[in-house]
Amino acid sequence: MKKVEAIIKPFKLDDAKEALGRVGALGMSVSEVKGFGRQKGHSELYRGAEYIVDFLPKLKLEVVVPDDQVEKITSALAEAARTGKIGDGKIFVTPVEDAVRIRTGERGDAALS
Amino acid sequence: MLLAALLVPTSAMADEVTAGQFTANNVWMMLCAGLVFIMHLGFATLESGMTRAKNTTNILFKNTFIISIGILTYALVGFNLMYPGEFNGFLGFAGFGIATDEAGLTPAYADGGYTYWTDFLFQAMFAATAATIVSGAVAERIKLGSFMVFATLFVALVYPWVGSWQWGGGWLSEAGFHDFAGSTLVHSVGGWGALVGAWMLGPRIGKYVNGRLSPIPGSNMPLAAVGVFLLWLGWFGFNGGSVLSADPAGTSFVLVTTCLAAAAGAVAAMSSSWFIAGKPDLSMALNGILAGLVGITAGADVVGILDSVVIGGVAGVLVVGSVILFDKIKIDDPVGAISVHLTCGVWGTLAVGLFAPDKSFVTQLMGVAAYGATTVVCAFALFAAIKATLGLRVGEEEEIEGLDYGEHGMHAYDLGLGGGGGFSAVPSGARPAPAVATQLATSEQ
Repeated sequence: MKKVEAIIKPFKLDDAKEALGRVGALGMSVSEVKGFGRQKGHSELYRGAEYIVDFLPKLKLEVVVPDDQVEKITSALAEAARTGKIGDGKIFVTPVEDAVRIRTGERGDAALS
Repeated sequence: MLLAALLVPTSAMADEVTAGQFTANNVWMMLCAGLVFIMHLGFATLESGMTRAKNTTNILFKNTFIISIGILTYALVGFNLMYPGEFNGFLGFAGFGIATDEAGLTPAYADGGYTYWTDFLFQAMFAATAATIVSGAVAERIKLGSFMVFATLFVALVYPWVGSWQWGGGWLSEAGFHDFAGSTLVHSVGGWGALVGAWMLGPRIGKYVNGRLSPIPGSNMPLAAVGVFLLWLGWFGFNGGSVLSADPAGTSFVLVTTCLAAAAGAVAAMSSSWFIAGKPDLSMALNGILAGLVGITAGADVVGILDSVVIGGVAGVLVVGSVILFDKIKIDDPVGAISVHLTCGVWGTLAVGLFAPDKSFVTQLMGVAAYGATTVVCAFALFAAIKATLGLRVGEEEEIEGLDYGEHGMHAYDLGLGGGGGFSAVPSGARPAPAVATQLATSEQ
C-alpha cells in the first residue's frame, strides 16, 4: 500500500478528481492547505500598498492505493493537475503500513477496495 | 431648531402648521432617527470587515456598547448639555434627565417639526456616532475597558458640550458658522478623537516591518461593503432628518445632494486609487462613498447640485491621499476612519465657505479650528489619564493572539472547530479560557 499525496492548484481539483476516477481510484481526501515552493508566494495590493503573500492557497489530495496502482494514479494526477506554469505543485508517494475499514474491520488491501 | 430657521420661515410655519403636517413631520423625524440608528450596524459591519477575524468579537462588542451607553448618557446629561436653552454660548446645562410638559408634544415645541421625545431620540442617535468613529481607528490593539471609559466620557461630555456651540445656539452659531448635519460637529469631532487615539496607541504589531509599511488586509470585504451601503442608507436619515421637518422642498433637495456626493466620492476614489496603485481597490472605493457623504454633510442644504458633485468628488480623492499619507507617517487606522471623518469632515465644512454664496470661508475655518483644538485637547486629556491609570494597549501576546480570545475568551467565527463533539464541559468554578484551549486542541487532529 502506498499513499499518494498531491499538492495542486485549487482550480485543478475537478480535473484531478475525474482523472483519478478514470484510472480506478475509489476514494480520496481533500484538504485546504497553504504553502510555497520555488515560486515563493506572490504580491498583492491593499489600500495603495504592496505586500507579499508567502503562503498561497493550495489543495492537498490524498489517495491510498495498492502498490500496483501507484504508477497510473501518479501519472494521471500529474497530467490532470498540470498547467505548465510555475506553482503547479508536487506529488509525494509514501509507504503505508496498514489500513482498517472501520465499518467491517477489514485490513490491508481489502480495506481499500 | 436653528437649522430649521435657515430653511423655512419658521414663525409663519408655526402659525400655519396643521395637525396633519405636524404628524407627517414627526413621523419623518422618527423614521430618520431609525435610519441613523441603522448606521451603527453599518459601522459594526464595516469595522468587522476591515479588521482581522481574530478581533471581530471585540469590534462588535465595542459597537454594541457605544450605541447603548450613548443613548443612556445622552438621556442623563448629553441632551441638556447640547441644548441648554438660553445660555452663555460656551457652556450650559439644563439639568439631568429628560422630561417635557404638554407643550413639548405640540407644534409649539419646534415649529411643528417634531415632538420633544423625537428631538431627543434623533439627537441621541447622532451622539453615539461620534464615539463609534473612534472605535475603528483604535481597533485591534486598545484595551476594551480603557476604550469603554473613553467612549463613555467622550459621548457623555465632550460631544454634547462642543455641539452646543453650534446646534445649541452657542457662540459659533451666533458667528454665522454653518454645519448642516455635522461634517464638523459629528464627523470631525469623532475624527479628531480617532487621530489622537491612533497616535497615542501606535501602530498594530506587523503594520511596519523594519520601518517599512506592510499592509494588514481586512478579513471580510463583503461585510465591509454591506457596512458602507448601510451607512449610505442611514445617511438618508442623517441628512434628511437634519432638515428638522418633512419640508418637501428641503428634504428632497438634501437627499439629492447627499446621494450625488456619495456617488461622486465613490467614482473619484475608484479612479484615484486605480491611478495611484495601478489596481482598483475596493476598500478605497467604499471609503470614497463615505468620504462623499461626510463631505456633503455640512452643506447639503446650501450648496448647488453641481457643487455637491464637486464636493463629493474632491472628498473621494482626498480620502485616498489621506489614507496613504497617514500610513506613511505611521498613524495606523485600520478602517480609514480618520481619513473619512476628519479629512473629509474638514473639507466639507470649508467647502460650505467656498460654494455657498452667503457663507464665509473664514468663519467656517474658525469653526473647524475651534472644534479641532478643543476636541484634540479633550481627547488627549482623556486618553492620557486612561493611559496613566488603566493602560491603553493590550499586551503583545494578546495582540498577536487576538483580542477576541484575550479580552472576551471567545471567537467570532466557529471556523469548523466547535459544534457538538468538539466542546468539553468545564468543571464549575473553572475559568472559561481553558475550555477554548481544549476545544482548539481536540479539533486539530
